[in-house]
Formats: sequence, structure tokens, C-alpha cells
Amino acid sequence: MLIPGISSPLYEKRKGVYPKAVDGFFRRFKWAIMAVTLAIYWITPWIRWDRGPYAPDQAVLIDLANRRFYMFDIEIWPHEFYYVAGLLIMAGIGLFLVTSAVGRAWCGYACPQTVWTDLFQHIERFIDGDRNAQIRLANAPWGPAKLARRLTKWSVWLLIAFMTGGAWIFYFADAPTLQHQFWTGVAAPVAYFTVALLTATTFLLGGFLREQVCIYMCPWPRIQAAMLDEKSLTVTYKHWRGEKRGSLKKAEAQPGEFGDCIDCNQCVAVCPTGIDIREGSQVGCITCALCIDACDKVMEQVGRPRGLIDYCTEEDAEAEQKGAAPRPVLRTLLRPRTIAYFMAWSAVGVAMLFALGARTRVDISAQQDRNPIFVRLSDGTIRNAYTVKIRNMEARPRPMEISVDGLPGAQLWTDATAREQAGRTLSTTVPADSVARLRVFVAMPGEGDTRQDFHFAVRALDKEGGDNREPARFERPE
Amino acid sequence: MADDNKPKIDAATGTEIKHHEWDGIQELDTPLPRWWLWSLYATIVFAIGYTIAYPAWPLIDDATQGVLGWSSRGALEKELAAREAQVAPIRKAIAQTPIQDLPAHPQLMQAAIEGGRSAFRVHCVQCHGSGAAGSKGYPNLNDDDWLWGGDLMAIEKTITDGVRNPDHDDTRQSLMPAFGKDQLLQAAQVDDVVAYVRTISHQDRANAASQRGAAIFADNCAICHGPDGKGSRELGAPDLTDAIWLFGGDTGSIHDTVWNSRHGVMPRWDDKLDKTTIRMLAIYVHSLGGGEATPAVAQAQAGQ
Repeated sequence: MLIPGISSPLYEKRKGVYPKAVDGFFRRFKWAIMAVTLAIYWITPWIRWDRGPYAPDQAVLIDLANRRFYMFDIEIWPHEFYYVAGLLIMAGIGLFLVTSAVGRAWCGYACPQTVWTDLFQHIERFIDGDRNAQIRLANAPWGPAKLARRLTKWSVWLLIAFMTGGAWIFYFADAPTLQHQFWTGVAAPVAYFTVALLTATTFLLGGFLREQVCIYMCPWPRIQAAMLDEKSLTVTYKHWRGEKRGSLKKAEAQPGEFGDCIDCNQCVAVCPTGIDIREGSQVGCITCALCIDACDKVMEQVGRPRGLIDYCTEEDAEAEQKGAAPRPVLRTLLRPRTIAYFMAWSAVGVAMLFALGARTRVDISAQQDRNPIFVRLSDGTIRNAYTVKIRNMEARPRPMEISVDGLPGAQLWTDATAREQAGRTLSTTVPADSVARLRVFVAMPGEGDTRQDFHFAVRALDKEGGDNREPARFERPE
Repeated sequence: MADDNKPKIDAATGTEIKHHEWDGIQELDTPLPRWWLWSLYATIVFAIGYTIAYPAWPLIDDATQGVLGWSSRGALEKELAAREAQVAPIRKAIAQTPIQDLPAHPQLMQAAIEGGRSAFRVHCVQCHGSGAAGSKGYPNLNDDDWLWGGDLMAIEKTITDGVRNPDHDDTRQSLMPAFGKDQLLQAAQVDDVVAYVRTISHQDRANAASQRGAAIFADNCAICHGPDGKGSRELGAPDLTDAIWLFGGDTGSIHDTVWNSRHGVMPRWDDKLDKTTIRMLAIYVHSLGGGEATPAVAQAQAGQ
């Protein structure tokens, strides 16, 4: 597709990426992280956690239907959603922290797109063979052998994608129950839809779109590009050491003319996003460090020091070019910027922990009837009505007592009792982990101020106790 | 300008540079991935399919209807029908349970209160007000004073048959004579009986006029309002000793009532609403705060 006067095409066919298998420190590190992250993802919903008879026993559960979020000993109600906001803020600042300390480590190691792509590529190598075999197969015409390999590979991918999508729903309902429902066909339609959708996206993103997600879809590489500074760790090709590139033969023929890079292209061959790191830092580099492993191996074979491609900051790169000795990489971790991020990150965390520890488990709210505000009863007293809600956030039913504070002579009763049973206090048992709604009538003598401020008070009557107050107002006709 | 047509290539990336510049910042003309183009085509195909399947293209006085036959009105009707089907069993249970037994079923009561609340807003607020607090001549349904009885059965009966419906035999009926206008009492006698009513409702201290009025009251009023003025629900005669006055408790208003009488009318609803709605209305009114226990239930509780 060419427009006259413009030389390059508007659209570009995707270049195939067939990363070569590699072994080394970072590859092993990536295996470990993949194992840990996948294990967390698949195992978490199956952890049981005893919360007594009135609450679910799943350790991590996002119970959307009942509007509760459980995480081990923490239970979050919808009105406490700011904890979730706090977690998101921590995740955001955490990414800033990680980026300023170790660069795009999230992209290279922990991002689900990276982990699943890595897993899918490993399967690809298992079925199709390594890089060269894959390229041969990709260029081969379609025939029974190619079709068989493709179908095998896609089936395995689909299976993993299905397990990925399937695991997601277990975070939102009791996992063993939902699994049974899922296989017997009685789970909610949204469960099947979610599994189908996530299976499709996992299959597509992990199997086919891969580095295209990082380069064209994900906003994070752009944000990170803006966050990196001269003190951030990036995977760096030390061109001052490597250039001018030349094969071993050439180097032997003309000693002193060539640098350490023997132009073996191994760094390009192993790259999961198909870039050439020797062109410098770029948006396609997710800093997975596999090229470091590949290069180190080659340097070892040709008897040159490792680290021609290595983690390095821009600042150190400049210093090294001027002849300074390489500085320890971890030094970059401690500097004002990372410390500031860490302080902000931990401040949010500590504030949330404090709020979590201090939050009340008994709460009361009272809303006065506005229409009519007051009712004159036949004996001349004035009655106001309130919708009182008592919140019991413990996972057991609790006896509670409601009283009024600052309204002497008030009679209290509810829509469930007659006025003859009115008293100074009301007693009720609030069911476990729920809100009790009471319509409370308050009667006072007909003569008095047109407005009287008072408090509704609630007190738990069991031995753990706990109380709370809510301001309210009693009104009379003028 | 001839140079503008020659592509400029960025050395670092090998990509063409666009021919515009902002303060030295230039833009690379990086080609889009081709799958992106295919997804654009896919959305176009989807959009064509969508406009065929669903109402889309505006015509002169209409629009294309779409082959699926979907419409927002149709969707609403479907949802309403689904809702009707959902509440049908509850309505049926409310209709079939005797009203005095309903308080034993909290869920039915709750449903009836909510159903009654919405029916009240359509049919009753014109007179009784949106908060059922009434106004002069229109009773406040929140209080504990009932002309015709405040238990569920009595309220249901009042709503069903209305009050003083001229063409309905079962309607609630009471007729206070216009003592002044029809010259049943002389003007001074009316003044005296008003003074008496003011004292039995504890608004005035006893005085000479009220003492004269007591005898007139006993002769003319006690037959309906009772010897102590506490009224009678059988006859729809209001309690004159309490704090609640439908037409006002000041001397002028009471005088007006005795002189001209009052004949408030409430329509019957059995010819306008179905029995279940009337029952839900009764339960809602009963729930407003003044509802009384049904006599049979009250007796059973007293016996326990």
C-alpha cells in the first residue's frame, strides 16, 4: 500500500520472532519467577481459611454477589472500598519504585503477558523445535506434517489458555462448589462467558500477539520510558567495548581493529521481542536479560570477560566509557528517588494497616423521616420516625442495644412492636456480617423546642463489646 | 518545495521522518502493524452487520427496523413481563392469605408494604398527601387516631368501600346533623356545646358556658360521640377528647363543625383497583406507625 510521494508503506507485516532457547542466570531466574507467579495464580483460590460458620472459608474471595472481599483475616465491605483504592495506589507507586530501582523489571519478569508468552514459547520449542526448526516450519508450505504440528501446538496452548481463564472465576465464588457447578453445567452464564473470553485472550495474546502487545497495545512501556532516568538500570550493550564488531576470523587477521562483539547475533536470536539490543535502549526491550545470558555464554566460549551486554545505568555507561571501573549494579537501588518512592509506598501501606486495625466493627446510621417530619399522636405527644441501620461486621450474630442520648423522656419502639411496648432502649440481634434495618419511632411530649439534637447510640451486648453513636434530630411543630 | 517530496530518513531507526516540526521535535512515520488494519476492517464488517441486525438507518418518518426485530419498547415490555411473572406468586400469596394472618409472614408483609407504597403514590396522595400526613379534612394516616378503626381488616374495608359514597350500600356511613344551620340548636346553645367540647379535650378550663354545654352535649351529641365524648368507631364518630382534629380544634373550627356539620367523602376503590392492590394499600397504611392489632389477634395475645 503506497501513497505517491511517500516511500515507506503505511502498514507493516509483522516480522516473525522465533526466540532461541538459552540457559544462564537470568533464564533460571525467569523460570523461578514463572513458577512462583503461576503457582500463586492457580493455587490461591483453593486455599481454605476458617472464618466460622457464618462466613466463607476461602482465603481469597471477591464475593461480588454479597459485596464482600475476603483476604485471609481481612474482610472488606463496600463502604471500605478505599482499602482497594489504597492497594491500587500501592501497586502504582510500587511500579514507580521498581522502575526507578531496577528499570523495566515488571515487563521483563512478572508481567502476565511476559510470563504466559514465555510459557507458550517454551511449548512451541518443545513441539516445533528450536529457532531454526521453527523458521523452517514457518516457511514450509502447508501439508499434513505442518498441520499436525500446528494443531498439536494450538491444542496445548488452548488447554493452558482454558486453565488460565478457568482459574480466574474461582476468585469470585467458592472454588470447589463453582468447579462442580462448572462441569455439571449449572454455573452462572457469566462464569462460562468469563472463561471463554479469558481463554480466547490468553490464547491470542500469548500465542500470536506476544511482543505486539508490549510494543503497540500496552501503555506501560511509554510510561516507563518517561520514568527512566540516567540512574535507571537498563539492559545495555557496551558498544565502547564491543565495537567495531567483527567475526573471530577477522579479529585474528587484524588484531586491534575489532572490539569484543564477534557479531554472532545470539543476542538477537534469543530476544523474545525480536529486537537488536545493540541498537541501544528501545521501547521493545522488556529487559528480560536473556540476551545477557546468551552473550555471556559466547564470551565464555571465546575467552573474553562476561558482561558485554549487561544491566547498566546510563550514568555508569558514561563513566565506563571514560575509563572508570564498572560499579556494583545494586548501588542504584539506594538513591533519593527510590527512597522517596519507598517512603510514599510504605506510608500508604502503614496508613492502611493502621486504619484496618482501628476500624470499627459496629456501626449505626439514622435517617429521619422527612415526610412527614413529625406526627401528633392522639395523646398529644409528638412522634418522629427514623430509619436506623445497625452494621455488624463480625462473622457471628451479635445482640445489640439501641438507645437515645440527650433526649430525656423519649419513648422508643419499632414498626415491629406496638407503642404499648415502648421503652428507653431497643434490643435486637443483628445477623452475622450484615446490616439490620429498623424503623424506629421516637415519641416525646408535645411541648418543647421545635428542634432537639440528640444521638442514637448502639452497644454490642456480648463480651467483646463495642459501640458507636450517630447524631440525629427530633423535631416538633411550631 | 520540491525537497518536501523526498523522504527524510531517521538515521537511528531507519524510519521516515514526517515533514513537520514543532520546536525542533519531529515525528517518525512508523508504519502501523498490519493486523491493526485488519482489526479496523473487522470493526467495519461488524458495523455493517450491526446496522442490518438492529434498528439503525434513519428514514424520512421512521428508521430501518433491523432483521432481529429488536426495539427498546419491546425490551421494556419483556422486562416488565418478566417482573410481573416474578412477583405474581407473591401477589397471589398476599391475596390468598387472610389479611389478619399476614403479619405472621414478614416477607409477604414487606412485599405488600412496598407494593402498597407505590400504589399509594398513584391513587391516594391527591388527598392524603405524599407522606400520608393528610391536611384539613383529609385524615393523617400516620397517627394513631382512626375514625373507622386502625386494624388491617378495618383499613381494608375503608379502602374497599370508601366513606359516604352515595351510590354504594356497603360504604362507611355517618351523618352528623347541621345543628346550627338546620336550627336543631339555638346559636347560644351551639356556643355552649363548643365550649364544652373545648374542655373535654383539655384545651380550656371548665366554665359556665361549658357547664351549660354539658347537658346539651348529653342530649344531642352523646348518642354518637358517647357520654364521655370518646366517639365510636362503629358510627364513625370522632373522639373529641384527644389531640387530633380532622377539621381543626380551635373554637371557630369546632363551631363551624357543629353549625354546618362535615361530610368528608372518600371514594370506594373496589371498582377501580383489584383486591390485592387494595390489600397492599391497607398493609402499607397500617405500617405507617398507627396500625393497630386486629381484634381477634389482640384477644389471642391477651389470652396467652
